[in-house]
Amino acid sequence: MTETGPLLTVRNLNITFPSPKGDVQAVKNVSFSLGKEKVGIVGESGSGKSVTGRSILRLLPPYAKISAAEISFQGRDLLAYSEKEMRQIRGNEISMVMQDPKYSLNPVRTIGEQISEAYIVHSKVSKTVAREQTLKMLTAVRIRNPEQVYRLYPHQVSGGMGQRIMIAMMLIPDPSLLIADEPTSALDVTVQLQVLAILDDLVSQRGMGLVFISHDLELVASFCDRVIIMYGGRIMEMIDADQLYKSTHPYTRGLLNCLPRIDGKNRRLATLKRDEAWLDADFSAPLAE
Amino acid sequence: MIDKMTTPVTLKQWLLTDTPDSAFQAASGRAYLGTLEFLKNRLAVIGLIIIAALVLIAVFAPQIAPFDPILTNLSQRLQPFSAEHIFGTDEVGRDIFSRVIWGSRLTLYVIGLVAIIAAPVGIVVGTVAGYFGGFIDTVLMRITDIFLAFPKLILALAFVAALGPGIENAIIAIAITSWPPYARIARGETITIRNSDFVRAIQLQGAGPIRIIIRHIMPLCLSSLIVRVTLDMAGIIITAAGLGFLGLGAQPPSPEWGAMTSSGRAYILDHWWLITMPGMAIFVVSLAFNLLGDGLREVLDPKSDN
Amino acid sequence: MLNVSKLNITFGHGAEANHALKDVSFSVKRGESFGLVGESGSGKSTVLNCISGLLHHWSGSIEIDGETVGKKRDLAFYRKVQLVFQDPYGSLHPRHTIDRALKEPLAIHGFSDANQRVEKVLTEVDLGPQFRFRYPHQLSGGQRQRVAVARALILEPEIILLDEPTSALDVSIQAEVLNLLQDIRKERNLTYVMVSHDLAVVSYMCERCAVMSQGAIVEMISTEQLQTGELKEDYTRQLFIASKGYDRAAIDQFQDF
Repeated sequence: MTETGPLLTVRNLNITFPSPKGDVQAVKNVSFSLGKEKVGIVGESGSGKSVTGRSILRLLPPYAKISAAEISFQGRDLLAYSEKEMRQIRGNEISMVMQDPKYSLNPVRTIGEQISEAYIVHSKVSKTVAREQTLKMLTAVRIRNPEQVYRLYPHQVSGGMGQRIMIAMMLIPDPSLLIADEPTSALDVTVQLQVLAILDDLVSQRGMGLVFISHDLELVASFCDRVIIMYGGRIMEMIDADQLYKSTHPYTRGLLNCLPRIDGKNRRLATLKRDEAWLDADFSAPLAE
Repeated sequence: MIDKMTTPVTLKQWLLTDTPDSAFQAASGRAYLGTLEFLKNRLAVIGLIIIAALVLIAVFAPQIAPFDPILTNLSQRLQPFSAEHIFGTDEVGRDIFSRVIWGSRLTLYVIGLVAIIAAPVGIVVGTVAGYFGGFIDTVLMRITDIFLAFPKLILALAFVAALGPGIENAIIAIAITSWPPYARIARGETITIRNSDFVRAIQLQGAGPIRIIIRHIMPLCLSSLIVRVTLDMAGIIITAAGLGFLGLGAQPPSPEWGAMTSSGRAYILDHWWLITMPGMAIFVVSLAFNLLGDGLREVLDPKSDN
Repeated sequence: MLNVSKLNITFGHGAEANHALKDVSFSVKRGESFGLVGESGSGKSTVLNCISGLLHHWSGSIEIDGETVGKKRDLAFYRKVQLVFQDPYGSLHPRHTIDRALKEPLAIHGFSDANQRVEKVLTEVDLGPQFRFRYPHQLSGGQRQRVAVARALILEPEIILLDEPTSALDVSIQAEVLNLLQDIRKERNLTYVMVSHDLAVVSYMCERCAVMSQGAIVEMISTEQLQTGELKEDYTRQLFIASKGYDRAAIDQFQDF
């Protein structure tokens, strides 16, 4: 961890959603912390991983009931922040990249305009400076012809480029923490890895923390430094990425075993036998200091 | 083999079960949930009650109306509200209350026939145009455009000129100008639906276009159409009343509400009840259809279908 | 069993014409499971759409069991060839119960013992009778996909085309559905043509596969080759490496094809 303590600390996070059949607990007792590293949160659908990520930035709908002992960022208590203060943090100090750039980019404005505008809003610089920074950022995400792309509309670029543009946009304000919610799931596998390489470089160059939310266990294991595995709203295991394949946790093992392998000779895929007991047991490891 | 539970199941449990045993049970369950959802909207329920009352009043008009709606009684003309004449009397002494009651039959006649004619025509034209696309779509949509171009009142005038005034001709005129929007709605929905995987799936099982349109596409269009038709009812009532007002619809001495407001115009200053009572009836029924339509939209809107 | 020869198809005209399939040719033996692997835009799903008859304006030849297949399909064709779609949320009619969805193909083809057939096929895909009269929104993604498989089986076809049948499912559900598909293939001696972007899935499900890119087949490989990594073409090798996860050094070597 850094000398000044962890970048982000979440303790005892609980999130409940009301529903016609009674309250549904989407996240139960989740605790973790993260420094200047890449931490992956992996889970299947319904595991609560996306909800957890969004709750850090308070991006959940108003009817969601969130309670936590602590959500602190660089030592600051985010739970006590007003909405106005949260707006200062969002996109500025903590940024978020989501799955499909189609839904995050404004279709009727050029790419360059959108990125510049994001920059002006947060740093209050002139249009010229904003444009320069935008072009620099587009180059940083390995877009070869930034001036040309500046003038394009979102529908004119491919998925991979759109996602790189999203990353550019989210990193312009130089945040300390980036939350990425399935940022590459909609992309082809080669493009996916290229985008992740860019993200990797930027995160290490800038000394940022990255929360990488995904359903792809193998990808997270190879990309991140640490992995948090969630199921049913709870953390099943927190483990170093290079130790993942040796995990002895029943759920993790179950997930690993049911993955088909390119080089696998298994005749039949193992299937996951869900154990109700997992939902009650407390697997959360103590917070890293 | 698991034995069927012999414990008695309440009706509610039967409807809400997650594991229905028959198509009928499944459909009933869906209807029940839809009804519950609808009942949550109080305004829509009020609308429904008013319309139900309208139907009952129309059915039992002979029993409810105290006076003959057509018989004149010149000694009683232009009487204000009284115990005997709740809504007063008109310029030839007829009881306005009875005329409003009997007029409900004409109102239902008009909206019923218009709905029965316009909605099926609209949905058939729309789904066929949307499903086949290409030349058929172009031809059908241009025909739709032609009918859409006619303003209802002008067309009614044309019909009257050709066929003479009367409520049937008014109904035909309204129906002919009402179906194009339904065709457009149906076509729009069909175009969205026809590329769905489930339509492709049934095509890949050998289903022909008729089966697909009738059993797969039309049911999905029905929701929007029901909402649209219900909301249109209000407009149709007012249009029919307008035609009546112009003397193009129901002819005297028919107690049609629009015609009643027309003849009441001359007496509006001193005997305002002649025009107000039928006018209120038109207003209340139109409003009821609007409320019902809004309520139905919330229940039937496919976007909020889980 | 299935012979595809020089399949070509173009979408659009003039300057915007997209030559989506370029001389695609392959053969599948009876009882074999054949894969079509590629990234988006490779044309793999388009091949299935041509074989199934959803697309008409292709050129080339398609033979099934020795008989040439024309542009239009008839009922006999649909008794031989069926398709399982990718999206479990879109491939079932939202207002039809499962029972109805399964009975409809039987009605179209004039089968009389519909009830028995429906029960039998539901058992085959491991769905109990309690699912029979549910609506699709009352089923999970994995359950819907089982219904999609049941629907494909109910006409007793010989060839099943599978368009990424598990990409929309969670990994643990995917394992169940893939196992189910393997079991059914063995029991009924079916021929599969399976489209996927996932080399691992194809390696598990198929004996041979064609790697496609931008409408053309780049290489034909066998599962052994996938296991040993003996791949000829650069594109295939890159796909193979990319499928193994994040490897920074390897990614820097990636080419654009």
